[in-house]
Amino acid sequence: MPAERGATVEFRDVTKRYVDQIAVDGLSLTVPAGKICILVGPSGSGKTTSLKMVNRLIEPTSGAILIDGHDVLKEEPTQLRRRIGYVIQQVGLFPHQTIDENVATVPRLLGWTKQRIDARVTELFSLVGLDPGRYARRYPAQLSGGERQRAGVARALAAEPPVMLMDEPFGAVDPIVRERLQSELLRIQRDQGTTVLFVTHDIDEAIRLGDRVAVMRGGKLVQYAPPGELLAHPADDFVAQFVGSDRGLKRLGLLTVGGADLDATVDRASVDRNAPVLAPSTTLRDALVRLLASESQIGVVVGGDRYLGVLTLATIGKMIRSDS
Amino acid sequence: MTEGEPLVRWDWVAGHLDEIAQRLLEHVELAAIAVGVGFVIAFGLALLIVRRPRLESPITFVTGTLYTIPSLALFVLLIPYTGLSVLTAEIGLVSYTLLILIRNIVGGIRGVPADVLEAATGMGYTPRQRLWRVEMPLALAVIIAGVRVATISTIGLVTVTALIGQGGFGYFILIGIQRFFSTELIVGAVCSVMLAIGADGLLVLLQHRLTPWTRPA
Ligand SMILES: Nc1ncnc2c1ncn2[C@@H]1O[C@H](COP(=O)(O)OP(=O)(O)OP(=O)(O)O)[C@@H](O)[C@H]1O
Ligand SMILES: [Mg+2]
Repeated sequence: MPAERGATVEFRDVTKRYVDQIAVDGLSLTVPAGKICILVGPSGSGKTTSLKMVNRLIEPTSGAILIDGHDVLKEEPTQLRRRIGYVIQQVGLFPHQTIDENVATVPRLLGWTKQRIDARVTELFSLVGLDPGRYARRYPAQLSGGERQRAGVARALAAEPPVMLMDEPFGAVDPIVRERLQSELLRIQRDQGTTVLFVTHDIDEAIRLGDRVAVMRGGKLVQYAPPGELLAHPADDFVAQFVGSDRGLKRLGLLTVGGADLDATVDRASVDRNAPVLAPSTTLRDALVRLLASESQIGVVVGGDRYLGVLTLATIGKMIRSDS
Repeated sequence: MTEGEPLVRWDWVAGHLDEIAQRLLEHVELAAIAVGVGFVIAFGLALLIVRRPRLESPITFVTGTLYTIPSLALFVLLIPYTGLSVLTAEIGLVSYTLLILIRNIVGGIRGVPADVLEAATGMGYTPRQRLWRVEMPLALAVIIAGVRVATISTIGLVTVTALIGQGGFGYFILIGIQRFFSTELIVGAVCSVMLAIGADGLLVLLQHRLTPWTRPA
């Protein structure tokens, strides 16, 4: 499916004030259609509040939120919510309904025919990697945490919403399952072209999933940039600290050997026979580890059968310092 | 009780099966109407409390006060207004069900997990849809637990209404006391207890049926 199904989400100077504090302070940002925007920031920085203002679980004190140019405050809340997928950390599956009933929630609210619902539910089960034969008729209490999160994602995707809001959806699972769920989310998101707003505490998750990352602090947007730029140019000390002192290393995880400035003038025959052979798709982070582990500290880059040049520690260092 | 007479005279029981059956019907009817009407009133008041928590204290105060009035006194106090009638009996019986039913209905609804409510609203349930399709089903186990207690206590209380000419099995108890006849007294009491146990069993079955998700797979 083409990526044109997603909708643009725009925050225009959005503020949410409570009696004793400001939860979100003058937030302005635009998430382009079909992209993933990750909201990160310390506890209490206003991430959840920002998310919930999109589907009007919280009403902003001032400012506007537009989906494809339409002000959400001008829409009927229940109608609006049926067009926005919503996943929360605790998942919130309905304990009294079986998994297939849970997944069918929004299509049922929208009055789809039974055949259409059944077909879509089956499709969703395979989309999130759950075997319908095994899980469809179970109750949520009979699933593991990871399976429940998958079911929650399936439920949110059911009516093919142009926008998905996900509040720490993979918080409660172990790192291995989380990584798998992340890959699945990326695949589904690219497949369906959904625009995703995703809250996490985990900076690695943000870098892995985000087309853009919004760093929040005390209700304010501190920086809004693609992950690479965030790591290369943190806007201030706070962001630098937040992304971690190993941000140089993290950034290497986003760059590939193929994108580095390889030295092709070196004759392959002159290079140590034990030097590691690297593919262009290898991340510079992995390449660095292999270079350091080898005695020659030089890598031979081979794409397909073709020799592309050598990668040296100096080249990697240059990539860390470089701008883009 | 006369000397040398057995505690229960089975020949009396055998000779009065028709009357026992008739009292059973009467007893069931009195109790069922009381719990049914009580439930309807309690349900309305409970919804009111859930929507306006400020009403909780006054409603609890009134139903709590009703609950503390000795049953005998309540029935007798009503006689000048409603006479020795079914109505008198039901007003009293209904009053006693309210406290427990309201408490459990409100508690059941309030016990629905916050994440479930948020998910329901976030996905586009209207408040009414959320109440009937999410909150009520999830409150059901607690609500039925309240109905069980109300049913058991009502079935016991029905016997007291014998004093105002109603009473189901209470009639046997009353007559048994008046005539010093232990058979009737025991038959009345035992039947009432058995009815309560039976009704409770049925409600347990009902709850099992209505809340399949609470059963282990
Ligand atoms: N109903 C409320 N009344 C008053 N203050 C609130 C309310 N809801 C949230 N806040 C405050 O607004 C701030 C932002 O809350 P929010 O839930 O958006 O934070 P968050 O970034 O999602 O944090 P976390 O990472 O811990 O989930 C917090 O300081 C919180 O205490
Ligand atoms: Mg939060």
